[in-house]
Amino acid sequence: MSAVYSGWIPFKPKPSVIPGFGLTFGLTVTWLSLIVLIPLAALFARAASLGPDEFIAATASPRVLAALRLSFVTSIIAALVSTVLGGFIAWVLVRHPFPGRRFVDAIIDVPFALPTAVAGIALTTLYAETGWLGGLLAQIGIKAAFTPLGILIALVFIGLPFVVRTVQPVIEDLDHETEEAAACLGASRWQTLRRIVFPTIAPALVTGFTLAFARGVGEYGSVIFIAGNLPMVSEIAPLLIVIKLEEFAYAQATAIAVVMLCASFAFLLAINILQRRMAASRVSGR
Amino acid sequence: MSSANIVLSVPQRPRIVSTGAALRWTLIAVALGVIGLLIAMPLASVFAEAFRQGADAYFGALGDPMAIAAMKLTLIVAAIAVPLNLVFGVVGAWAIAKFEFRGKSFLIALIDLPFSVSPVVSGLVFVLLFGMQGWFGPFLIEHGVQIIFAVPGLVLATIFVTFPFVARELIPLMQQQGTQEEEAAVALGASGWQIFRRVTLPNIKWALLYGVLLCNARAMGEFGAVSVVSGHIRGATNTIPLHVEILYNEYNFVAAFAVASLLALLALLTLAAKAVLDWRLSVSPKPGERKT
Amino acid sequence: MTRLASFLIIGLLIFGCGTLSAAETNLLNVSYDPTRELYQDFNEAFTKHWQAKTGQEFSIRQSHGGSGKQARSVIDGIEADVVTLALAYDIDAISQRGLIAKDWQTRLPDNSAPYTSTIVFLVRKGNPKGIKDWDDLIKPDIKVETPNPKTSGGARWNYLAAWGYALRQPGGNETSARDFVAALYRNVPVLDSGARGSTITFVQRGIGDVLVSWENEAFLALNELGPDKLDIVAPSVSIVAEPSVAVVDSVVDRRGTRAVAEAYLQYLYSPEGQEIAAKHYYRPRLPEVKANYADRFPAIALFTVDEVFGGWAKAQITHFAEGGVFDSIYAGPQ
Repeated sequence: MSAVYSGWIPFKPKPSVIPGFGLTFGLTVTWLSLIVLIPLAALFARAASLGPDEFIAATASPRVLAALRLSFVTSIIAALVSTVLGGFIAWVLVRHPFPGRRFVDAIIDVPFALPTAVAGIALTTLYAETGWLGGLLAQIGIKAAFTPLGILIALVFIGLPFVVRTVQPVIEDLDHETEEAAACLGASRWQTLRRIVFPTIAPALVTGFTLAFARGVGEYGSVIFIAGNLPMVSEIAPLLIVIKLEEFAYAQATAIAVVMLCASFAFLLAINILQRRMAASRVSGR
Repeated sequence: MSSANIVLSVPQRPRIVSTGAALRWTLIAVALGVIGLLIAMPLASVFAEAFRQGADAYFGALGDPMAIAAMKLTLIVAAIAVPLNLVFGVVGAWAIAKFEFRGKSFLIALIDLPFSVSPVVSGLVFVLLFGMQGWFGPFLIEHGVQIIFAVPGLVLATIFVTFPFVARELIPLMQQQGTQEEEAAVALGASGWQIFRRVTLPNIKWALLYGVLLCNARAMGEFGAVSVVSGHIRGATNTIPLHVEILYNEYNFVAAFAVASLLALLALLTLAAKAVLDWRLSVSPKPGERKT
Repeated sequence: MTRLASFLIIGLLIFGCGTLSAAETNLLNVSYDPTRELYQDFNEAFTKHWQAKTGQEFSIRQSHGGSGKQARSVIDGIEADVVTLALAYDIDAISQRGLIAKDWQTRLPDNSAPYTSTIVFLVRKGNPKGIKDWDDLIKPDIKVETPNPKTSGGARWNYLAAWGYALRQPGGNETSARDFVAALYRNVPVLDSGARGSTITFVQRGIGDVLVSWENEAFLALNELGPDKLDIVAPSVSIVAEPSVAVVDSVVDRRGTRAVAEAYLQYLYSPEGQEIAAKHYYRPRLPEVKANYADRFPAIALFTVDEVFGGWAKAQITHFAEGGVFDSIYAGPQ
């Protein structure tokens, strides 16, 4: 049982006295395979039934590229917006208690539970020019519903709770004392925030960003109602998958799905690794 | 990492770092404004639409036999999907948080994967497996078994979509808590199951419960994936979200929003439950729980 | 891997059997979006008729959605005894997978389309923009609502109606028709995925000056959403939309429901069935029922898909398939 860890054996654990690695790891991988990996393998297999040329034709046409670009760009922007707003909201909720805070805290999770189609309908009702907010925006010349801006609103709605819920516990655990020590040493509020608070909550912000992005890039139900769905302008990639399916073109639909999946998986993996690096350097730097 | 485990009971003393009242209330106002515009108003509009024709129309819509069938189906699906994800979420979190191994990032990313799979695709993969044009479909049809366009398909799609929720909630907490308590338990001669039940579970139970609540909320509210595998048979394979869509498409807006408001209420109940959890946590801190 | 798979299947087998046991005494009609109200009434009438005739207790279940999506469900194995879809092409697609006999369209009268509809315009009350015919739809200041022909059966009829109109204008040819349709879609601000979504965008969100729609949908929207807000305008020329019906052979043979499924579709052609169709603003086939409702349906010069486009299979490939005319309209510079 001595140190065999130096070899590049995947999934081989470091020796530990805690029991149950074999059982839990085995169960996890089995369940993961049944529910996630085998179904996704079917997706890849169907996409692979296309030849390389057909695969490229199915995924690299201008319209598909425009849709992929729209999906990825809007979900990255929306995730950034969610991260800023979500981090801010989490901070206020934890540090600045106000009457009714519990209730406000509660409704943050509404986008989780509201069916996406209902969210889409409700947002469209609000942000269309006939709606409460859309009418106001129209007066200052902004069209929200049925434009890419509408997509952004829907994605921020979907992504916001992920950021708040990841950052909130970290802020709750933040030590007042470190901040106070910084203040005693003459740091300004801004310096304390930037040098003490921000580095501590940064990993959580990154996680929140990742989750918001991951959720947003494939989002369908809430977006189609508000998007406008014009090809090359406001047509998202998941809608294109649906369109291919309606044409009974399964292989092409799965090809687009595979491209999306690989892109977002690479993104998730990169962020995960980055985060572990961040955590590791913070620990060793102490 | 484990310094957070030490329970400090510092007496209250004046804060050195404080925020001026004006700034404080500005911050609160801005935060409330954002939440109001993005979340509260859509939520309010659901209820406003639902009660547009008064309470009678509202409750009439909820009492409709098709709506009740949809509620039953949604409960059945969640009752199967959530416990399964609960068990495997705990198991997965244990493997990931309590052990160091190569490929951990990869495994976490795989667990997160269903998050980033478009709901459309989450449904589609099961069609590719169990549809008549799929891998197992012809065999199943021949033997008179219906997976997609029936309850099993709905359950599978729901499990897929809610797969990461419990594990996601537990992994960061369990990683933060480290392994010292478990190692101590091993040294005292506890078995694996005993360690889990007596040491780990008390430490994670609130996070676990919260993960389950979220998982449940999502399971009941999922639209895109179940829409692909449902077949939309009235009274048979329509869950609540699908029933909402049908009512909406029948220009029956009041009923659509009334049924939708059930899910909004579910979200609020979930959070009320969470508030109770928080409160209990702060009232009765037990050893090993990190909360000031 | 194989062991895992077999585990999964066995588990799901146990699971699946339970849900299937009660499914023998009913009929599943898989249909498209705008027929919900029609088939609710019709099913009730047919259940009574069938019980009086045979004494059999049974029920009819309904499934509605976009026509293409519904066809796909049948192809993927939903146990539909009959399909009643928006266009023949969708039933052809099922037939190509061997689930319905190739000659399905000749098994019932009138191309297996027991009722028809056409494409008309829905405008704001009083017709403020003065929209009278297809020509008005390509004027620069007009916003047109129509769904995406890629995802909506109804939208394909809209598209073909516009194309057919342009073709029949003096000097009309393929090029002028393409230009006409391209100009029309340039006026479309929102492409919803289905006919119902389009109607809601037009009526509830106030987007667009004119909604291109099924005639029966236009009447339904008028009645449901506001006779005081909307008017129907009939163009000079339009297309005969023939929503087709068929028995799904592979399913009825497996379930032993052929007799009742065939009777169900036959009943659509009976005076009672035709009466119900007409009541829901579908144009009936039976002359005597037609006569009863003559004042309801405006006289429009109508052409068929076969006359102008040489049938659905051809129209689909030319216009709506990957890289077809519709794609080329949007592929050009915006």
